[in-house]
Amino acid sequence: MGLNDDRALPGGGRSARSGGLFGAGGPTFLTTKVDFVVNWARRNSLWPMPFGTACCAIEMMAAAASNFDIARFGMERMSFSPRQADVLICAGRVPYKLAPVLRRIWDQMPQPKWAISMGACASSGGVFDTYAMVQGIDTIIPVDVYIPGCPPRPEALIYGLMMIQEKVRQETLADHAVNRAEDPRAVARPRAGDAEVKGLTGPFGNSTRQNRIAGLVQSDRVDRPDDRLP
Amino acid sequence: MAHESGSHHPSIPALEGRFGEAVQFHETTAGDQVSVVVDAARIREILEWLKTEPSQHYEFLSDLTAVDFGGGRPLQVVYQLWSLAHRRSLRVKAELPLDALEIDSVEPLWKTADWLEREVYDLFGIEFRGHPDLRRILMPEAYAEGHPLRKDFPLRGRFSRAEQTRRALRQDVEDFYIPLEMELGREPQLVNLSSGDSEAASADAPSED
Repeated sequence: MGLNDDRALPGGGRSARSGGLFGAGGPTFLTTKVDFVVNWARRNSLWPMPFGTACCAIEMMAAAASNFDIARFGMERMSFSPRQADVLICAGRVPYKLAPVLRRIWDQMPQPKWAISMGACASSGGVFDTYAMVQGIDTIIPVDVYIPGCPPRPEALIYGLMMIQEKVRQETLADHAVNRAEDPRAVARPRAGDAEVKGLTGPFGNSTRQNRIAGLVQSDRVDRPDDRLP
Repeated sequence: MAHESGSHHPSIPALEGRFGEAVQFHETTAGDQVSVVVDAARIREILEWLKTEPSQHYEFLSDLTAVDFGGGRPLQVVYQLWSLAHRRSLRVKAELPLDALEIDSVEPLWKTADWLEREVYDLFGIEFRGHPDLRRILMPEAYAEGHPLRKDFPLRGRFSRAEQTRRALRQDVEDFYIPLEMELGREPQLVNLSSGDSEAASADAPSED
């Protein structure tokens, strides 16, 4: 379909009767579902809010640069303002001192919004099971996609962003009020309750041994049935 | 054996001659690093002499830190000095018993000691007498779990993860800064060429073209 072919131009051609999307004499408009159009627009212009704190951010930059170029998928530019962003990419370790900053940026982003936890440290604290580190940003903000890796390659980030796109595609405006409702009391509060934080941040490796020596109680098993696949 | 060779360093006999009993011990480690342990009560006096005495002239404080060896042993405050004039380095240490973690500040001698002493205070809990602004520098201002680099500090902190998360989110980001620092962040720090005193400056300066 060349551009000089007037079938390629919506509503183009010499008059409404000739031309249009569906060939000469075809209709010059099309009907669709609002859900489809809205989701199409949203998923093809997801602007990331980069929250890069460590080496994962280097891979995120690589994903944005010309070799991998996430602009091809609609992440046209990194939005360094949370007000103009759709998807938060938390790339790197988050210490407790930075936790209120992350939470505030998330609270400042307008709905609809999504969050990607990129890399082992953002998802679980990684090897930094210490006094200073948040053990998974899902204790602070709700996360849609976790990308494993240390750090993940740019392809993994692109795959994660495409999973967000798939999630957007399946949304419907009928559920918007339910899914996207925000409780003003939740602003600047941890996302997870005490029991869930305890479960999520259970010690492992060297820390387990240290806790055993210190006589601290072991953490409980995490039970989040909604995380499991159907 | 190790501490015999330390006497080749010209500062050791000079220090011993000047301060006598206050110089407690010296050794050479890692080939050529000469360390000298001195009386903590006289640290300010000794370092001032090392900085200003022409034959020593250690005018550069390259690092100030502390070591906790654990097991109830005293904490060591470590001053890493470098003499640009004589191209010599010297490591000065002072030992502080755990029940008296106080030492004189050297901030009046080297301005860089300001933040370095804040860091040592933050992570080891050593108080520096005479420091102009002794508050935490790395940990949050309201951190209530103690001093993390001490050996008696548990790796994962003293509070539960839930309590740490709650406290972390309760803190106000603005609290990390003193009013002056907040002011610097708020005002754009651009050079204003149209302001009053730049006219006086441009009168003296040669013209651009």
